[in-house]
Amino acid sequence: MNATNKSAGASIDIRKASKRYGKFVALRDLDLSIRPGEFMTLLGPSGSGKTTTLNLIAGFTEVSSGSLEIGGKSVLGLPSHKRNIGVVFQHYALFPHMSVGRNVAYPLTLRGISGAEREGKVRHALDMVKMADFAHRYPNELSGGQQQRVALARALVFDPPLLLMDEPLGALDKKLREWLQLEIKRIHRELGTTFVYVTHDQEEALVLSDRIAVFNGGQVEQIGTGRELYDNPATLFVGRFIGESTVLRGKADIVGGDTVVSIAGTKIVASGKISGQAAPVILLRPERAVLHRPGTGVVDGENRLSGIVEEAIYVGSGSKYDIRLKDGTTAVVRSPLGAPEFAIGDTAEIVFRPGDVTLLADDASADITLT
Amino acid sequence: MSALPQTDNQTAGERAAARRLNLRDAGWLAAPAVLLLAAVLVYPLAIIVLRSFTEPEPGLQNYIWFFGSSVNMAVLQRTFVLSGWVTLASLICAYPYAYAMTVVGKNLRLILILCVLVPFWLSGVVRTLAWVILLQDSGVINSFLRGLGLSPVKLIRTQLGVVIGMTQVLLPFMILPIYSVMKGIDTRLLQAARSLGAKPWRAFLQIYVPLSLPGIYAGAIIVFILSLGFYITPALLGGPRSTMLSSLVQNQVLSLLNWGRGGAMGVVLLVATFILLAIAAPLMRQKHTQTRREK
Repeated sequence: MNATNKSAGASIDIRKASKRYGKFVALRDLDLSIRPGEFMTLLGPSGSGKTTTLNLIAGFTEVSSGSLEIGGKSVLGLPSHKRNIGVVFQHYALFPHMSVGRNVAYPLTLRGISGAEREGKVRHALDMVKMADFAHRYPNELSGGQQQRVALARALVFDPPLLLMDEPLGALDKKLREWLQLEIKRIHRELGTTFVYVTHDQEEALVLSDRIAVFNGGQVEQIGTGRELYDNPATLFVGRFIGESTVLRGKADIVGGDTVVSIAGTKIVASGKISGQAAPVILLRPERAVLHRPGTGVVDGENRLSGIVEEAIYVGSGSKYDIRLKDGTTAVVRSPLGAPEFAIGDTAEIVFRPGDVTLLADDASADITLT
Repeated sequence: MSALPQTDNQTAGERAAARRLNLRDAGWLAAPAVLLLAAVLVYPLAIIVLRSFTEPEPGLQNYIWFFGSSVNMAVLQRTFVLSGWVTLASLICAYPYAYAMTVVGKNLRLILILCVLVPFWLSGVVRTLAWVILLQDSGVINSFLRGLGLSPVKLIRTQLGVVIGMTQVLLPFMILPIYSVMKGIDTRLLQAARSLGAKPWRAFLQIYVPLSLPGIYAGAIIVFILSLGFYITPALLGGPRSTMLSSLVQNQVLSLLNWGRGGAMGVVLLVATFILLAIAAPLMRQKHTQTRREK
C-alpha cells in the first residue's frame, strides 16, 4: 500500500435511480457519476437520500428503478458479499468476539488468503492506521477513535477498488474527528482507491473531498469542488448549506441587465439576472462585505445597507458581526484585522459591490430543510 | 503526521469499572434473598447431608451401598444421558424459536413470548398428563399414524416419551436465556460481515452464533441441571426402563423411609452437578462476547 502498488479505483455511474419505501420516496431519479480514484462526499441533511445512495452502492438495498454501474459493470441484483467494496460504518461494527488482528484478517480468510501472506497484509493495514500495537486487543478495550481506525484497516485490507464511509466520525469528539480527517485524507492519497464519504457536516466535506455532491429531498442539487459550491452555488439550498451566508429578500426589478432588489427601503444592485419565473434573492458571503461607519468611505456604485450591531465576536483573524437590518433580517459580516471595529448597539453600514453577491432563485423549502 | 490527540474517549471496560459498587455498599441489597436461601435451602440440605453419613449408623455405608449397586449406577448413568438428550433437543427447538423472536414485528413477538410463557404458568403435572393423552398407545399421535396407514410407535413408558415430555416442559428455560442474549446482538454486524465478503450463512455461523454462545451455555446448564432432578415427568411418562435418579430417591425416602440412602443419592447428584458447573463456568465467563446496541 505504497505509491508503487496503487490499486486503480473504481468508477461509479448511477442513472435515473429511484428508491421508494412504500409511499416514501428516498431517492428520485438520481444521476451521479464518480471518477476512478476520486474522493467524493455525499453531503446533505438527514433524510436527504445520501445514506440511501451509499446503501445502494454497497448492495444493502436495491434500486426501485434506474441503473447502477461500478467499474463499468452493472451491479444490479449482485449481493453485497460479491461486490468487493470496503464499508466503514458510523457504529464501527467490529466483531466483539474477535481480536483486532482477527477482525482485520476476516475478509482475507473469506478470500482464502492464509499464512504469512495474511499476516503481512494484516500488519500492513494496521500500520497504515497506526494500530499495529493493538492487534491482540479486543474491540471493547479500545476507544471510539481506535475502533474506527481498526474498522478502516479491515475495510481496506483486501485492497477493494472502492471504499464507502457512512458518517464514520459522527460519534467522535471534535479534536479526534479533525485528526482522523487528515488521516483519512492521507490514506486516500496513498492508495488511489475511490472513496465515497457520507456526512452532514459541510466543514468535514470541504476538508476531505475532491468533489462534493449536495443532496436535498432525495436528489442531488449540485456536484462540484468545495470552491465551486461556495463561490457559485446553483441553488439557494446549496448556498445556505455550504458555509455561512446572508439571504437578502425584497421586491426585485431588472434595470439595464442587472437586478435591483429593494431591501428595507434601500435599493441593492446585484450583477446579472436569473432565468426562470422564481423571485430572485441575494446571497451574501460574510467575508465579501466590509463594515463602515454611516456616511464614511462612500464609493460610487457600491451597495450600502444600514443596520444595528447585534453581536460582535473577536475571532483572532478579525471580527465577526451580526447586523440587524431594518426589515428584521440578520446579516453576518466578517471583517479582517485592521478594519474599523464596532461595539454592540453601534450603527454600521454593510458595503459590497454588485459583483460580490450571488443571485439565486428563491426557494422557501431551503429554509424549511435547514431549520 | 500529527500525534493522536489526548482527548480520546474512555473504553467500554473503563466505564463499566466506574459503575461497579463494592460488596460492602451493595451487600444489603442481597440480604433478603440470602436469608431466605439459608432458611429453606441451606439448612434442610445440611440435614440431608448429615443424615446420609449418620443413618442408620455413622459411616459411609450409604455411599458404599449406592456405588456398589449396578442398578443404581445404571440409573445414574441413564439420568445423565437422558438429561443430555433433553438439553440437546431443547437447544435444537429453542435456537430457531429465539431467533424468530428477535426478527419478527412487535405484535408477533408478543404472541411468541406468550406461547413460551403460557405453558410455563400451567403446572408441570397438568402438562405431563396432557402428554400422557398424546403419547399413549391409543393416543392422538398413534391414531394419527394409524390414520396414515403407518404402524403405531411405542411412546409412553419409553425413554423417547420421557425426552419428548421433558423437552416440552423445560423448553422455556432454554428459549428465554438464548433470546435475552440474542436481542442484544447487533445485527448490523452481519451487514458488515457481508460487506467484507461473507455469504449470509457464513456471516451467521461466524458472527451471530459465537455471539449467542453465552445464551446457549446458560440455557443448556439450566435445562441440564433441572433435568437431572426431574421427577414428575419421568415418573408419569416413563416405564421401568426409563427410571431416573429422582424416582429412586423418592422410593428410598417415602416408600422405604430410608433417609440415609435417599440422602446419599441426593448428595451424589448435587456433587455431580457442582462438578459440571465447574467445567462449564470458564465457558460462560467469555470476557469479550458482550455486545450492546448503541443508541
